[in-house]
Formats: sequence, structure tokens, C-alpha cells
Amino acid sequence: MLPPGFAQRMRGLVGTDGVVDRPESLLVYECDGYTLERAAPEAVVLPRTPAEVAQVIRALWKDGVPFVPRGAGTGLSGGTLPVEAPVMVCTSRLQKIESIDIANRRVVAQAGVVNLWVSRAVKDAGLHFAPDPSSQNACTIGGNVAENSGGPHTLKYGVTTNHVLGLELVLPTGEVVQLGGPVEDRPGYDLTGLVVGSEGTLGLVTRATLRLTRVPESYRTFLAVFDSVADASEAVSGIIASGIIPAALEMMDGLILRAVEDAFHAGLPVDAGAVLLIELDGPEAGLPSQSEEVRELCKAQGAVEVRTARDDAERTLLWKARKRAFGAVGRLAPNYCTQDGVVPRTQVPEILRRISATAEKHSLRIGNVFHAGDGNIHPIILFDERNAGEVERVLAAGTEILEACVALGGSVTGEHGIGVEKIAQMPLLFSPEDLHAMATLRSVFDPQRRANPHKLLPDSKVCVEARAPRRQAAM
Amino acid sequence: MADSDVRFVEIEKLLSCVHCGLCLPSCPTYLELGTEADSPRGRILLMRALEEGRLRPTPEVTRHLDSCLGCRACETACPSGVPYGSLIEAARPFVEEHRPPVARFLRWLLDSVLTQPTVRNVATAPLRLLAGKPWTARFARATSLSLLGYAAALPEWRGVTPLPPVIEPDRELRGTAVLLTGCVAHSSFPQTTVSIARLLARAGVRVLIPPDQGCCGALSLHLGNDTRSRDLALRLSRHVSEDEADWYVTTAAGCGAHLREYGTLLPNDSGAANIGAKARDPLDLLAELGLPAPQRPLKAKIAMHDPCHLLHGQGVKNAPRELLRQIPGAELVELAEAEICCGSAGTYNLTEPGTAGRLLTRKLADIRASGADIIAAANPGCLLQIRSGAILQNMPVQIAHPIDLLARAHGLGD
Repeated sequence: MLPPGFAQRMRGLVGTDGVVDRPESLLVYECDGYTLERAAPEAVVLPRTPAEVAQVIRALWKDGVPFVPRGAGTGLSGGTLPVEAPVMVCTSRLQKIESIDIANRRVVAQAGVVNLWVSRAVKDAGLHFAPDPSSQNACTIGGNVAENSGGPHTLKYGVTTNHVLGLELVLPTGEVVQLGGPVEDRPGYDLTGLVVGSEGTLGLVTRATLRLTRVPESYRTFLAVFDSVADASEAVSGIIASGIIPAALEMMDGLILRAVEDAFHAGLPVDAGAVLLIELDGPEAGLPSQSEEVRELCKAQGAVEVRTARDDAERTLLWKARKRAFGAVGRLAPNYCTQDGVVPRTQVPEILRRISATAEKHSLRIGNVFHAGDGNIHPIILFDERNAGEVERVLAAGTEILEACVALGGSVTGEHGIGVEKIAQMPLLFSPEDLHAMATLRSVFDPQRRANPHKLLPDSKVCVEARAPRRQAAM
Repeated sequence: MADSDVRFVEIEKLLSCVHCGLCLPSCPTYLELGTEADSPRGRILLMRALEEGRLRPTPEVTRHLDSCLGCRACETACPSGVPYGSLIEAARPFVEEHRPPVARFLRWLLDSVLTQPTVRNVATAPLRLLAGKPWTARFARATSLSLLGYAAALPEWRGVTPLPPVIEPDRELRGTAVLLTGCVAHSSFPQTTVSIARLLARAGVRVLIPPDQGCCGALSLHLGNDTRSRDLALRLSRHVSEDEADWYVTTAAGCGAHLREYGTLLPNDSGAANIGAKARDPLDLLAELGLPAPQRPLKAKIAMHDPCHLLHGQGVKNAPRELLRQIPGAELVELAEAEICCGSAGTYNLTEPGTAGRLLTRKLADIRASGADIIAAANPGCLLQIRSGAILQNMPVQIAHPIDLLARAHGLGD
């Protein structure tokens, strides 16, 4: 229960339309992109400026109310699910790109700025913000920082943490601290690096200083068609082993291909077993020879066909098809759950075999669309939440797949984060001592566990809850 | 509730949304308000809860559904192919029934005035005195009254020149088009109708203009009156459906998008199906047929504002740009957020003035930043909305229908 007069006090800070507290309007905040578990907050607060965020969080501290941060709500691990945090602080109104410094290749963006807006703002200068999650036309910088988001091009360019120079963080007390800064490689502890990927458990990030990257001079984008997922996986290993570093190396299996083709008419081969979307970029001079090599490698692994995107329009269409693949899956089933795991690249064929076995065992349909180049798999489990028992089977299948990833020497998440979804799998990766050390580190920032409680790190409470299929879920 | 009972839409259609959120930044109201319930994804959840009977259409729920412009930008953004436009249109009549009587009556009145030519002509007669007069503009600025701004944005009233029922093409016949003239677009901007008729004739089109046409019903549906909307559509289709027609054209993008839905709206009417299949945006048609090179130069920077129902409703983007680029001296510049609604959206600027005003302010800022001399908007609603804003803010920018710009360049306008 919120303390009396809470909404009124908040309205005093953020304006009358900045607080949502009617049950009808709160209903829509019951989940983000991870829809398996649902719980609505008691109030949503929408500050308009970074300063207002600090005021709001200070007031929450005084009231002793834990909060959950939310950007665009495109996350896939339930990082914004309110678990014993009645108030949601939403950054969707912090939309300003505050400064653009082309000469030094950096921008300062508020937390609610959409990922793609940054690249759009500096496009004419031949620059872009490299992390490109599939949701980049909707997800926010704040969310990218919280989840340390990746994307297809992270194979060559790295993930969010490689592109964040500094952060403004509001601590759970409401105190504002500046971490890092415009200068690269500052001495002392890398606190910026600590906060990136902390999933909102250390405080709320309001501003980020981002590094900009040159747009490559040239691209070559290929679509390699294979009869089977196994052949395509071998081609991935072949390309990586050859020493070529593609900007992106993505795989889509037959199930996904058909949904995507139905949605975007990108001319994808719907009867193929799998395709690889391979992109090379860099100075024009080096591309023809590398392109030839990639073609040869694909053919050697049994590629039926290797197409090259003829122009920018075709390249854009192929990428649109790839990046919106998750949504296109909506055409196959009313619900889906996207898993996110990592295996060593050499184990990609094996994990795909195991995923297919899991699908069979639980009588579920599972499609695969993922970053093959860095072994970051994304099995998409299709289901209908109205079918009794199906949700439980989905959860069980997801757990099995993640356990297989760990068994093959990988990890339970590549880029979606732990959130609530994978909290039970953390002990698979870390010893109790490791987890205790992380909890101790967290206490430095948030001793009372007010910032996004029960996320990322399993505490005794959530460990128990997580075994139940749904935490306070109102499906 | 029994499984077969549908409150307003089949639940499967609502379930096609997978909650990915990719639609959010394409939604003008979400961009402005930042609240999930004012986003397509949020509204779909609300509609689902309404359909399932978990929520009642309380004023709070209605407020969020009303805040939807119906611009369908989310459909362009959606990877799952959610038919959002038809979902919200199905929800509107359901919500309408639960509205307080006074609000319901006012909306019914607005609908009645706008969609019935005779009533409209009587009711809007006083407007003719104010329309397009310089002193109306000054008065509007002095009082900051947006309604006066709209009056000032209308072209000066010079009567409606009756068009002949048939206009023969200027050159070799390429096809026959029925031109719609029964709507508020024609009574507000009669010159644009004349312009398109002449341009089509120049492109080799035989233009048919059946007399005594009525409204196509788009506005009624927007206001949640599905019964009237269907009646109007039926009347229109009986009145204008012609076997020899190859295309049905209108200068209002909103009506054009609605005509395309006629087949679904009236599944048992062959005339409606005929219109639905042949509805075509006239600019798109002109770009396809081709026009001789325009002779009269227009030295200006022109920026296109993409009307929602042209871009998102009909998928037309390049055609008007191609045509305008042919005008000697014209330089085309792009507007930031050209695809974001200006706030006009049928009667939205009248029923939701607050949000409409914010979107207009946003649009005007983008226009200022573009440095354009002329904004080309291919829909009368957008034209009025943006022009009224420019008048109120005293901006030195001209807002015109691309059809009128083209007609002038081809020596066919006044």
C-alpha cells in the first residue's frame, strides 16, 4: 500500500498528468515484452526531466517505497515487472538529445531517447550509435544501458558497454552521481561499466554520454541459403575460423523464414531449412576479396545459393526482415517467449539439436533466429496462453534450453538480461560465494533494495518464488 | 460470457498483438504523452480487457481510446500485421454507447453537420463570411482562438462552381475515373476538386462527376456512429458506382483510405465492393499515368507532409514527391517526422483539442526547422490544421494541397 497522499505529492513534482493511478490505466503496465508473468504497479510516475527523476526518487526514499524503472517496455526478461515495488518510474518523457559533439564523436542523451533517434541525429555527419538491438526503433537508451543491450552488429562492434562513456545515475536515496565522463579510459574503478547491465538495481540512469562510431564506407550483405540448420551452423564456424570478422552473422530457420516472408515480402526462400544473413563492412578496397571468400566458405558447407543485396534498398529490406522477425512471429501464434542464451560458437550445431529435441519432448513449436556469429541463440517458443498447461510447458522448455547452454559451456543470457525470467538460473552460472559478492556490491549503492528489487540477483525470497511458475502472475 | 458472444471484435484479432512495443514511437500520442495507455500496444490491452469483460468502458478507458488519432502509423510499424485501424474502429461504436448523454449528443450533432451536405451548408453559412479574410487571421491571432484560426485557414468563399457531369480527356483516353464531390473537402476546398478534374483530364482520364453525391461515411465511423457510416456508404455506392469506372478518386486522403475498406464494410453490396477495389489516390494515379512536363516555374522549397491516411492508410509516399519534383524551380526538402500526424485526424482537432494542439505545435517546429517555403499536404484536414497553426503563429509559410500546386504549374489553376 502506498502512503496516504502519495499521488498528490508526486503530482506536485511531475505535474498533474505525470501520475497514473487509476486501475484501468495501470493495467497496461502489467508486463513489458516478456508477457509470461504479469503484475500491475500501484502507481506510475512520469518525470519530465532528469532533475524531476531525482526529486521523485528522493520522495520515494523518504516514504520508504521501492520502485521499478521502465523505459519503452520492450525488454524480454521482465526487468520492469513490479515485484514488491509498487511504484514504476517511467522515463518515456525524457526524450531530449542534450548535446551533439561531432568533432569528439559523442552525444549526451536522456534515458528516454529511442536508440535509433541517436543514429538519426548524427547521420548527416556519417556517424551512428553502434549497438543495434532488434527493437532499436522503440527501445530507449536507458533500457539499453540497464540491459547492456547487443544486436546483430555486436559481433564486430561490441555491446552497449563498449559505447557508453559516462552516466548520470540517481541513487536510491535520490542523490545524483556522475560516473565516467566524456574522456575515455579514466583512472580508478570503472563504475560506468558496473552500472551498464545492472538492470536498474543500482539506481536509475537519467543521462548517458554515448560514443559515436563512423558509418562504414561500404557494405556487402549476403543471404546464404541452406537445406538444413546443421549446414548453416557449419558455415558459421567456417567463416569465423577463416579469420574474417563479419559485421553481422545471423541465422533464421525455416519456421521463422516463413513468418518473416509473410510479413515483409523480402524475397526470402520459404522452403529453405535455414538462411544466414552475413554482412561485411569497412573500406571498399577490402570487400571484394573477403566477399569471394565468404561465398566460397558457404558453398563449401553446402549453401544452395548465396545472394548478394544489390543496393541499399535490398539491404535495408533484409535487415528489416531480420530485426522485426520477433514481431512477425505473432502471425504464427498468439503468444511467444523468446529465449536468450549463449554457447561457444563451435557448439551452435549441438545446441540447435537439443532445442529441437526439447520442442519435441514438450510438444511445442520452437523457431530460431539468432546471432550465430557470437553463439547468441534466440529460440522462440510459440504458445497460446489460453491453453491450459501450455504456459508451464513453455517455462519448462525454456529452463531446459538454458541448462543445456550452461552445460555446453555457455551462459543463460546473451543480451536480454536476467530480469525475473532467469533469476532461478543464476546459480547455474555462479557459486553462492559469487552471488553473495554481487549482493554485497549492490548494497553499496542500494543497501535497502529499493531500486528494482528481486531482479538480477536471486535473494532467498525470489529463489523460492521462482520455482513456482508465475510470481504473483495475473494471466 | 459465452464463447460465441462478441462484444465488438473477435478476440483473435486482438491477440495478434504480441506486445513487442515496436509501435510505440510511431504513435503520435505516445510520443507526446509517454503514457502506455495512450500507445497502440496499451490501447490493444484495454480493448482486450473490454472485449473480455474484465474492464468496463469507464470514462478513464474511453479517454485513452478517444486519444487515438486513428492515424494507423502503428500499422506501418507493426511486424505482426495487427489490423489496428479496424480494431479501434470496431471499439468506437461500443464505447459510444456508454458515453454520457450530453457528450454523445454533441458528437452526434457534429457527425450530422459534417456528413450531410444540406445540413452542413446551412450550419456553416456564417463561416463563409469569415473564411480566408485577412482580418479573420488578425482577429484569430489577437484572441488566440483556434476555431477562428480554422476559419482564417479556409479559402475565401467564392461559391462552388458546379462541375459538369463528364469531363472529357485532353489527350488519348487512358481510363475513366469517378470523382467524389459529396464531402466536406469539396465544400471547403472546391478549387482543389476543379484542379484534380483538370489534371486527370490532362493525363488522359475521362472524369465522371455524378451530381448530388453524399459523404463516404469515414467521419461517422471516426465518431463511433457505425450505423450512419454504413448507411452513407450504401447510399454513396448506389449513387456513384459505375460499371465503366476504372478508378474512384477523392482529394481527401482520409476518404480515400475509407473507400478502400468498402468491400469489408458492406460485404453484400456489389457496388461497394466495386468501389473498394477501384479506390485510388489521385496523386498516385497521376504519377502512374504521367503528365506532360509542367511549364510554369515555382521557385520555392517545398516539403511534403505525409497525411496519415495517405501514407499509413494507402501506402502512398513517393508519388506526390515525384510529381512536385517535376515543377521547374521547385526544390524538395524533407520534413523531420513527416510521417507523424499533425493532430487534424478527421474531427480529432475538435473533439481532442489539447492533444491536437500539442501535435500541431510539434509539426510547426519541424516545419520551421526545415526552412521550407511551402508545405504540401494532400488532405483537407491536414491543410486546415497546419495552415491555422501557421496563421496563429504568424509563420511566413504557405500550406497547399499538392494538387493545387500541380494545377498551377500545369497552367490549369487560377
